[in-house]
Amino acid sequence: MKEKYWRKNILYLRILLTIWFICSFGFGILLAENLNEFYLGGFPLGFWFAQQGSIYIFVIIIFIYVYLMNKLDKKHNLEE
Amino acid sequence: MDAQFWTYLLVGVTFSLYIGIAIWSRAQSTKEFYIASGGIHPVLNGMATAADWMSAASFISMAGIISFLGYGGSQYLMGWTGGYVLLALCLAPYLRKFGKFTVPDFIGERYYSKNARTIALICAIFVSFTYVVGQMKGVGVAFSRFLEIPYDLGVIIGIGIVFFYAVLGGMKGITYTQVAQYCVLIFAFTVPAIFISLQATGNPIPQIGFGSKTTDGVYLLEKLNQLSVDLGFEKYTDINQTTLINVFFITAALMFGTAGLPHVIVRFFTVPKVRDARISAGWALLFISFLYTTAPAVAAFAKVNLINTVSNAQYSEVPQWFKNWENTGLLQFDDKNADGIIQYVADEQINELTIDRDIMVLANPEIADLPPWVIGLIVAGGLAAALSTAAGLLLVISTSISHDLLKKNINPNISEKGELWAARISIAVAVVAAGLAGLNPPGFVAEVVALAFGLAASSFFPAIILGIFDKRMNKEGALSGMIVGVVFTTIYIFYFKPQLGGPGLPKDYLFGISPEGIGTIGMIINFIVSLIVSRLTKPTPENIKELVESIRYPK
Repeated sequence: MKEKYWRKNILYLRILLTIWFICSFGFGILLAENLNEFYLGGFPLGFWFAQQGSIYIFVIIIFIYVYLMNKLDKKHNLEE
Repeated sequence: MDAQFWTYLLVGVTFSLYIGIAIWSRAQSTKEFYIASGGIHPVLNGMATAADWMSAASFISMAGIISFLGYGGSQYLMGWTGGYVLLALCLAPYLRKFGKFTVPDFIGERYYSKNARTIALICAIFVSFTYVVGQMKGVGVAFSRFLEIPYDLGVIIGIGIVFFYAVLGGMKGITYTQVAQYCVLIFAFTVPAIFISLQATGNPIPQIGFGSKTTDGVYLLEKLNQLSVDLGFEKYTDINQTTLINVFFITAALMFGTAGLPHVIVRFFTVPKVRDARISAGWALLFISFLYTTAPAVAAFAKVNLINTVSNAQYSEVPQWFKNWENTGLLQFDDKNADGIIQYVADEQINELTIDRDIMVLANPEIADLPPWVIGLIVAGGLAAALSTAAGLLLVISTSISHDLLKKNINPNISEKGELWAARISIAVAVVAAGLAGLNPPGFVAEVVALAFGLAASSFFPAIILGIFDKRMNKEGALSGMIVGVVFTTIYIFYFKPQLGGPGLPKDYLFGISPEGIGTIGMIINFIVSLIVSRLTKPTPENIKELVESIRYPK
């Protein structure tokens, strides 16, 4: 039972950290030049990810993780 | 009522507030002194973490750096926020479950070794001390520029305030003061930003105004790109491919360094439960993001305003603020071709204007012609940022000495009362030492901060992560990983920093990585060495495996 909890936690980490990496190091740095061909209002898209978007996404990732883990704690009766 | 009056008033009011909070929240026990009894509400802890995290550099210097680097400044924005994702997902909840007082505590117990604790303790003190000296310098500069108080006296006033509330209240006093300081600094940073966004684009939200059209119908960033090109600079939003790898490594070093900094990690010991530790990291980043998403907007607005005001202007007709900042030496005009007009261009031979980056925040209210109380607000905000960070760092130094060194290594029989006194005395000594170093700051303070992040990334981060996620990781593996990672990173930084007397030249950088980014490589080396050594030596003892098992589950 407990093992299942831990495996699920690791799965969440894998998925969320992949998104974390793609949005910052991917869209904000490695692919930024290509994304700059597109625009979001007055922002070239790569530049927007590097100076705005990645930070918003970081905040969202943490709140999603909190939501998922609180649910998982409850399901496995591991709430404090 | 001039700016001077408002500055005295606002600084006076905020300082009395901090002292009032300190008296109200005196610490009675070591648990209160080290971790505020673990009873801080997660939202308040988030605010305190944000104030702890955002230093004088974030408040005063960062927008200016972005202003002059354009896209290149993104490494600081992503680097100093992305680490919180790692903290929330991979560190904070487990360390909270572990439930002790300090980072060396975790390293020492998880790796069942006094030596590991001692190495962690030395790294923690070194990292925190280099960082705190920079804050003291920030306090002195803020006082001397705005209140015409001598730099030294400014530092002494700063020490006095921190001394009072840190020695009296420990973590409890520091936490509640930091909550107040967060409110002051975020208000001080956003108010001028809203004003300039409104002026330039008609939109009060700087994050949106930043991507909007200015009053003449052209997008702000397009205008800024055009102005930059006209003056011979690179386009503001363009990405320089030759330095891209370096941007990547610096961003990573700052992120992993953030997640390994003891004064940030220790904040998650102060909340009541594991779930509070997770959400608290979320609140912290949300509060930090208000400043970090506003800063790049301020950078762009201020740059456009500055270029429009000074470029090709008659020197005899420049506004008053230009003359004021010339007196402080932050702006320098040298009329090379004696035509009485300011030429501000990329070409060093022709350029006549030297601009200190800090001016983009400090002079912003005047450049945008805002009322004088906004200037007072900026000073109070800068001081709040510097003092809150300094206090958090000093607490790490003091707990490292009284708890990790004295109680755990030297005299385990010390009484509760004795330890509390030792904690108070060591924080007092740390405050005074930091102040003295701030009075005579070594010229290379800024350079050493790179070292602080590099060391945190290459020492603590892998040791903690492996301690949680790899049960097979033993004392031998973690110790050798930390030593190799730290030694590699330190040598590389010293070798390639001319300010530290290093002979290395940029052309010899390993894979083109500058010293600011080398912590990433140090971290990877640490991981590899730890994993290999741990697999070749004897397995982790059973009781440690149980410890690891227990921190993985909230209950």
